Amino acid sequence: MTKLKVPVGPADHALGDEHATVTLVEYGDYECPHCGHAHPVVKAVRKHFGKQLRFVYRHFPLTQVHPMAEPAAEAAEFAGAHDLFWEMHDAIFENQESLDLELLAELAQDLGLSSEELLGALERHDYLPKVKDDFMGGVRSGVNGTPTFFINGYRYEGLYEFEDLVEAIEAELVSGKTEHRRAG
Amino acid sequence: MSSILAAGTQAPDFTLSVTPDQKLSLRDLRGQPVVLAFYPADWSPVCGDQMTLYNEILPEFQKYKAEVLGISVDGAWCHSAFAKHQHLHFPLLADFEPKGAVAKTYGAYREKDGFCERALFVIDENGVIFWSYCSPVAVNPGADGILEALENMKGKRQRHDEVESTRRAS
Repeated sequence: MTKLKVPVGPADHALGDEHATVTLVEYGDYECPHCGHAHPVVKAVRKHFGKQLRFVYRHFPLTQVHPMAEPAAEAAEFAGAHDLFWEMHDAIFENQESLDLELLAELAQDLGLSSEELLGALERHDYLPKVKDDFMGGVRSGVNGTPTFFINGYRYEGLYEFEDLVEAIEAELVSGKTEHRRAG
Repeated sequence: MSSILAAGTQAPDFTLSVTPDQKLSLRDLRGQPVVLAFYPADWSPVCGDQMTLYNEILPEFQKYKAEVLGISVDGAWCHSAFAKHQHLHFPLLADFEPKGAVAKTYGAYREKDGFCERALFVIDENGVIFWSYCSPVAVNPGADGILEALENMKGKRQRHDEVESTRRAS
């Protein structure tokens, strides 16, 4: 089984309790239609599990086929620097079909951020190192396309539909509890 | 699954079309690591396409001075259209006529399907296979195995060089 080589840490964007029994990591690309499809699914899955699940998103832009994926990832990081990563993340996926620089600037403005500052940061690639770090960590972990999910550090090979993800996470919750009992 | 050539085997030489009017021979790449990636077909319908992924990781492969070659039974014109569409920056070789002949020498041809396995070979500077891996045909093997092999190969060469220089010094 393929394992996540870069453990979840302070550099990550995470939603949910740090001590949650299950951590779901997604490597995604903002311009990838499959990731766009997975976006509302992940939201529903998070709602379903509540506090038992922590969700982490890492960038894996395929820049040669998706020219806007990297600027979008950098824009999410820019928003993240203002504690608005998830707001930007959602807004980008929800407007994926019209993804361009103008849209990113508009989304920034909607969040109360300066669109000029955003465009400056994109031009200077201020947040590119973080995006590249995510990408290379993904490559080392055997990410082979987008989206790729890891459940408690192991690559998830199933479909990214609600029922499939729920089933896989439930299995992990059960085994996680067993381990916990053993440890206790 | 076919039984592919294992590490330690001399990589069979070949000369194949790389564009409709250009050929490439494996022996021309002696002196540098070569990543030879057999794959079933151009135009796979997913974003997580194997060649697209290698294209993104080219700068990493280049850190090891490795040359990446994709190889399938698709013809040179098909390859050039695919490479253009995906903005690929490395050569795709056409194992087209006789079909799959090179793949067969590497044990990486699926007779009943008429296309190549997803088989990876990392070949060293002397043309010897350092690492090989055959993935289930529906599974994109990613790049982690290749990068690990290139790293190990570099480590082995450095150790070898150190031993040589110590020997010469004494």
